Amino acid sequence: MVTNLSSHIKISSVNKVFNTADKEVIALHDINLDIPEGQFVCLLGPSGCGKSTLLNAIAGFALPSSGTIIANGEEVKEPGPDRGMVFQEYALFPWMTVEKNISFGLEIKGFKKTDIEQRVSHLLQMLGLSEFRLRYPKDLSGGMRQRVAIARVLALDSPIMLMDEPFGALDALTRRNLQDELLRIWSELKKTIIFVTHSIEEAIYMADRVIVMTYRPGTVKKDILIDLPRLRDPSAIAFNALKRELGQLVMEEQQRHHNEELKLAVVD
Amino acid sequence: MTLKWREMASGLVVPIVLIAIWQGATSMDWVNPQVLPSPWAVLKKWLEYASPMTPYDAAAGSWWAWALSGELLRDTMGTMYRVMVGFVVGAGLALPLGLVMGSSARVYAWFNPLLQVLRPIPPIAYIPLSILWFGLGNPPAIFLISIGAFFPVLMNTIAGVHHVDNIYIRAARNLGASQSTMFLRVMLPAAVPYILSGVRIGIGTAFIVVIVSEMIAVNNGLGFRILEAREYFWSDKIIAGMISIGILGLVIDVAMNQLNKYLLRWHRGLDN
Repeated sequence: MVTNLSSHIKISSVNKVFNTADKEVIALHDINLDIPEGQFVCLLGPSGCGKSTLLNAIAGFALPSSGTIIANGEEVKEPGPDRGMVFQEYALFPWMTVEKNISFGLEIKGFKKTDIEQRVSHLLQMLGLSEFRLRYPKDLSGGMRQRVAIARVLALDSPIMLMDEPFGALDALTRRNLQDELLRIWSELKKTIIFVTHSIEEAIYMADRVIVMTYRPGTVKKDILIDLPRLRDPSAIAFNALKRELGQLVMEEQQRHHNEELKLAVVD
Repeated sequence: MTLKWREMASGLVVPIVLIAIWQGATSMDWVNPQVLPSPWAVLKKWLEYASPMTPYDAAAGSWWAWALSGELLRDTMGTMYRVMVGFVVGAGLALPLGLVMGSSARVYAWFNPLLQVLRPIPPIAYIPLSILWFGLGNPPAIFLISIGAFFPVLMNTIAGVHHVDNIYIRAARNLGASQSTMFLRVMLPAAVPYILSGVRIGIGTAFIVVIVSEMIAVNNGLGFRILEAREYFWSDKIIAGMISIGILGLVIDVAMNQLNKYLLRWHRGLDN
């Protein structure tokens, strides 16, 4: 295994084509990205721009039609615990308690019982979940569930965290709360994070680097570093300048998306 | 709490009125007591049916054995035994087959056509064959009951596995779950709500089939007893037996409900 220190995730000429009944959809076209270790990257774009497709390709759920993805020094062939995923729908196992959800991955890895207990109680504490240890997911709010999902991925200590619109279903206050929490955890644990969102503000608030993607075919429209100091103030002038710039780029793609849909409606 | 008592009390009104009409009709001699005995006669018969047939004799055995030696209790235990054994055999075969059929399209394709042909055959239609194969007594009864339990559990288990939300599979793969872990700790528990509703239907069917099979192939049990009572024209015993069957069915249902509640304590839909 060769570990390339300069790029933790290397995406080279990745294409992804979906074949539907009547046509081919090019979801990703010639994506090339180098993501260094510890970087917080946001993939930003309207729905249909392939950002989730790219994330799923990195996760190994749906491999690219061509091109390669190297993560942790190895080519991605299948899903694995070295690339922990946080889903928008939480995807907690409802039949397991909070504690069991978090320990499941460790049990799979074959950790010793005492180690599991120690690690889980540490994570429960870190995410403010200690009181909910024995609850089932159905008894938790959306924000609490997403904390559990984050803890479940952190338990594996995977160097890469993939997040698919993780806070998309939460109300604005809970969302900000979890964003700050995630930033705190990230600065403490130095993970490489790829975070999919369609919220421009969220991308600027969170990321070291924002990658704006185009609507079909999905390509990199803009790759921009955000060097504002954290915690960022969404009402600051520099923040708003970025918001305007990225907002314009995203809206162009949103407009294309809209036009495309209109065209299809007319054809039908 | 007071509301609950009031609800229960209001639920007693209709039965009490009906029993009063029934008692009235029989005491006024409106009906032939051979055809419809009075509720009082039924109760007396039921108590007699439930009590030991011989006076207590310390030499013959312990007090408990004597107290439980009544005909009703022995019949009930016989019926329960057949339901349980038949159900365990039927469900015990259906569950693994359902899990495998649900998760493997190939195995599903092997078995499904045959099962679709066999499934509509009511378990009762197997009676002649079961007697030819197994003679009389418990074996044919257990065979019939297990058929009654088999299909509901099988069908629901298959449906349960088919309906496992893909998101759980993805999450488990992401955590690095092996095939066996995926099967035992993700697909099986995710399918449990479906499986349990199959179990419930299966127990219900088993209970119907046990009564029928006792009427035909067995020499004890609640089903046998009410048919035997008809031969002697003991209508009070027929009704007492039917009430016992009803109570046993209710007990089974309540027990199943409790089991459901416990096993599905994590489940969203069961929050009351």
